[in-house]
Amino acid sequence: MSEHATEMAEQTVRTPTELVAVVEAIIFVSDEPVTVKLLAEVLEEDKQAIDAAIEQLSAEYETREGGLQLREVAGGWQIATRTELHEDIRNYLKTRPSAKLSLASLETLAVIAYKQPVTVPEILEIRGVQSASAIKTLLEKRLIVTKGHKETVGRPMLYGTSKEFLLQFGLKDLTELPSIEDFEDLTKGL
Amino acid sequence: MQPQPEKYSFDFQKETAEIVAESHDELRIKIGEFAGPLDLLLYLIRQEQADIFDIPIARITDEYLNYIRMMKSLDIAVAADFLVMAAQLIEIKSKMLLPRDPLAEEDEEILDPRQELVDRLLEYEKFKSAAQMLYEKSTVEQAVFARGKIESDEANAEISASVFDLLTVFQKVVARHKDEVKLEIQREEISLAEMIRNLKKRIFEEAELSLLAFFEEMHSHRELVTAFIAVLEIVRTENVKLVQKKTFGDILLKRVETAKT
Repeated sequence: MSEHATEMAEQTVRTPTELVAVVEAIIFVSDEPVTVKLLAEVLEEDKQAIDAAIEQLSAEYETREGGLQLREVAGGWQIATRTELHEDIRNYLKTRPSAKLSLASLETLAVIAYKQPVTVPEILEIRGVQSASAIKTLLEKRLIVTKGHKETVGRPMLYGTSKEFLLQFGLKDLTELPSIEDFEDLTKGL
Repeated sequence: MQPQPEKYSFDFQKETAEIVAESHDELRIKIGEFAGPLDLLLYLIRQEQADIFDIPIARITDEYLNYIRMMKSLDIAVAADFLVMAAQLIEIKSKMLLPRDPLAEEDEEILDPRQELVDRLLEYEKFKSAAQMLYEKSTVEQAVFARGKIESDEANAEISASVFDLLTVFQKVVARHKDEVKLEIQREEISLAEMIRNLKKRIFEEAELSLLAFFEEMHSHRELVTAFIAVLEIVRTENVKLVQKKTFGDILLKRVETAKT
C-alpha cells in the first residue's frame, strides 16, 4: 500500500524525460504490444502525455539506428529487432522461418480479412472451392475466430480475423490493410 | 501487357506446376496445387494469353476439361468444385453456340453469357492478390523478433490455459488410455535386510509378537517367504526365541531379556 502511495507521489513529479524512460521500460518488459490506453492507466498519465512520450521515444530509436525498433502493431507498441538483422538473429537463435500457410489457407484468410464477418458459403462463393480444411488450419493457428452466427437460414457460423492475425502480419489494425479495390487496378491491367 | 501466369499461381508458394509437354496438344501437368477451379481457370486464360474480358470459351473449356481428366489424385470435395466449374463452362459454351432468342427483350440480349464468370474471376483475382500481399507481410514480419515472456503472475503458464485447453488435454488423455494395454508389474519393495530390521524393531517394541499375525501382514508370496527367512535369521542371530504355548497353537516371537544372559 505504502509502495503504491510513493508511486503516486512520484508520478506527480514525473518529468517528460522520466515519462519517456518509464514508457520505454514498460514496452520493453511486455511480451505483447502495449496500448497507449494501458500505459496511460498504469502510469496514471493522460493519453496525450503518453502519445508525446512515444513520439519522442520513436524519434530516438530512429536517430539512433540501433538494432531495435519501436513499432506499432496490433493496436499497441512493441520493441523489436530491425527487419534487416533477421539473418544474424536467426543464426543466433538457430531458428528457421516457421511453416508457411498453404495457398488455399492464405486465400481463405484474405477473404476472411476483407469480408469479415463472413460465412463458409460466402467464402466458397468467392474462392469457388471448399475451404473447410483451410478454415480448420486458420482456427488452429488462431488467426481467425468465430464471430457468432449469421441470422439467416441455417444460422451459419461467422468468421473474422483475430489479434494474432494482426500480430503475425505486422498490422496496426485492419484499416492498415490496403483496400481490396486497390487490387482491382492490378487485375485490370491484365 | 505481357501476361505472367506464374506470378499469382505459383511464385510465392514455390509449389511450381511442372508442365511437361508430351506432344503438341497434350499437356501433362503435375498438379502444383491450384487453389481452386478459378485459380486453374485464370492460369489457363493466361496460358492462352487470352483477354479476360473476352474469354475464348470453347478453347478454355476444352483445356479445362483436359486438365480435369488428368487430375486423379484430388480429394473428392475439391474435385467436386472443379467439376461444378466444368459444368458451368460447358453451359456457357453451349449458350454461346445458341442463336439469340428472337423473342427476347432488347436488354436481355446484351447480356454476355460469360459475364458472370468474368465477374467472379475478377473478384477472385483481387483476393488472390490480397493473399499474396498477406504472404509478403508475414514474411517481413517473420524477420522481426520481439522479446519473449517475462515471468509474472499473469504470464504464469499454469493458469493461462482455458477450460477448452483443459478439456482438449483431458480428451487426449482419455483417448490414450483407451488403447493402452494395462500391464501391472509388481515390484518387490522390501528386501530381506529391511524385513529383518522391521521385525527386530517390532519385537523390541512389543516384547512378543504373534508369528501368525506377522505373516498375515504380508501381501505376496515373496514377502511371506522373505518374512519367514527373516524370522529364522533373527532367531539365529538375535536374543529372540520362538515360544509355542500349546501344540498347533500360535507361535510367539519373544525377546530374551539380555540381563539374564
